[in-house]
Amino acid sequence: MTFETLAGQGVDKYPGTEMTSKTDAPKTGTSRTNKVDSLVTVRDGVAAGTLKAVSAVEGYLSTIGARNREINAYLSLHNESALAKAALVDEAAARGEKLPPLAGVPIGIKDVLTVKGLPATAGSMILKDYLPPYTSSAVARLEAAGAIVLGKLNCDEFAMGSSNENSAYGAVRNPVALDHVPGGSSGGSAAAVAANMAAATLGTDTGGSIRQPASYCGVVGLLPTYGRVSRYGLIAFASSLDRVGPLTHTVEDAAVLLHVLAGHDPLDATSSEEPVPDYLAGLKKPVDGLRIGVPPEYFGDGLDPEVRAAVENAIEKLRAQGCKVQTVSLPHTRYAVPAYYLLATAEASSNLARFDGVRYGYRAQDASTLSAMYRNSRDEGFGAEVKRRILLGTYALSSGYYDAYYRKAQQVRTLLTQDFLKAFAEVDAIVTPTAPTPAFKIGEKTDDPVAMYLADIYTVTASLAGICGLSVPAGVSKDGLPIGVQILGKHFAESTILQLGHALA
Amino acid sequence: MSLTPREKVSIEEVRHIAALSNLHLTSDEEPAMQRDLNAILEYVAQLNELDTTKVEPMAQVGEMLAPRDEDSRRFLRQDLLLPSLDREAVMQCAPETDGVFFKVPKVIER
Repeated sequence: MTFETLAGQGVDKYPGTEMTSKTDAPKTGTSRTNKVDSLVTVRDGVAAGTLKAVSAVEGYLSTIGARNREINAYLSLHNESALAKAALVDEAAARGEKLPPLAGVPIGIKDVLTVKGLPATAGSMILKDYLPPYTSSAVARLEAAGAIVLGKLNCDEFAMGSSNENSAYGAVRNPVALDHVPGGSSGGSAAAVAANMAAATLGTDTGGSIRQPASYCGVVGLLPTYGRVSRYGLIAFASSLDRVGPLTHTVEDAAVLLHVLAGHDPLDATSSEEPVPDYLAGLKKPVDGLRIGVPPEYFGDGLDPEVRAAVENAIEKLRAQGCKVQTVSLPHTRYAVPAYYLLATAEASSNLARFDGVRYGYRAQDASTLSAMYRNSRDEGFGAEVKRRILLGTYALSSGYYDAYYRKAQQVRTLLTQDFLKAFAEVDAIVTPTAPTPAFKIGEKTDDPVAMYLADIYTVTASLAGICGLSVPAGVSKDGLPIGVQILGKHFAESTILQLGHALA
Repeated sequence: MSLTPREKVSIEEVRHIAALSNLHLTSDEEPAMQRDLNAILEYVAQLNELDTTKVEPMAQVGEMLAPRDEDSRRFLRQDLLLPSLDREAVMQCAPETDGVFFKVPKVIER
């Protein structure tokens, strides 16, 4: 199997602030007025024979070739394999065979999900040369449905970050405004969709990592309910929170992909046996009569006025279509970020213990003892934010602090989840901003971990409660930066939030 | 024990946590991590405002959605012999191997 490595190509290893000081960096990138085909358009074109799958793949590879050096979204490309698979689809179509539901659709995969034959770096030096011997269930489902993997997408190291500046392979730039972050941790996945470098991508979301970058890049991002999509083959960050979901051009695309991704997987003990509904059946139905909750806790201090106006405008659009809008209270919202960072780091400190230089990944040279080899491998292989979170998580779990930090955060998690269960007894969905501001500038928050964590203030709540969420574009700021509106639904109510998201398009 | 902002993490504690985490921090990294940990711990201390004495801890959402008395064994797979990954493919990922075992530096220090 062959692949092309792009990791770090043409970018500094740790760009941080020097990227912002580059005077030759253009201020703005793609305008989204360029013609962009949705996944459904590509799929239907291939199925109807009006679009060759090979042409579709070549088109995206050409865009990647033209733009990846500045955006840094793809870390590796599967070009030969993608073209060969596309040729097979075209031959099958020419023979008049019935094609699978995603036949010939080119997609990109966040580099924390394994695809056999392609590197899986998780954005970390410690997995620089790791070639996983198996494919993740989410990708296997898409491939079984005919989708074609173009390559692997940059992300914050081990999905830890809100800006994609924590990747060992360089920051990703926001295609809409190149001196801004694309959000994180699925920054490459969001940027690739925004720059039309794939028909759709897969991301993962632990505290907002699908929804927040979708919002920053002006695309659609879906967080499915915990247990809805298998995590087998996902490099774990925080297992009680990690989820896999799509980033797409349209809400319909997200529904199409969820339909393929969702369902029980015997290889993931946390995957749910809840039946999978037809997410497309009610997608375009009128939304009149649906009850929308608006929580004042998400509209307080720190919310950018332009974001507020855009979200209020989206709520008015739903009201105009017959939704009943009412206030709901989620009183523990402000405790979500601190609870999240204790729980997620505690789980990360445990999950990342597996990276020890023994079975896979980077091993430090010149260590004369096993314990020195462990420490040196981890010290040289992990970046600063990963170390910070491992240390915080270890501290929160350590003897004498467990009850005060870890158990306390678990109790607050119960309160936050109860808030949502009470609210969803009264309303069908909750509408909020996805993030408090539009995308910020590269380098702006790298020195202050707490300020960076607050970019997730509206997304971590759904992560902790296990409910589903969707970010859809809701306009742009006066500087042309995209703004996202978040629609939250109760457990396994993806159909409802997709229907509402479609109504906002 | 309650979490209060006054409980600052000392440099010795940073070293102790690093040792527990199998991380070797440089002399530059130690004070930076100490500063960041203290800032984060001061921030998370606001959880203390909540009285949680009668609140059950929640590990993940599945337990809240499923009835308490539900047979938890339902979620376990059946005890069947199934094919697993090929040894050769797995060993190829290892930094050092003889094809059967993982090789590591000596374990016993003298």
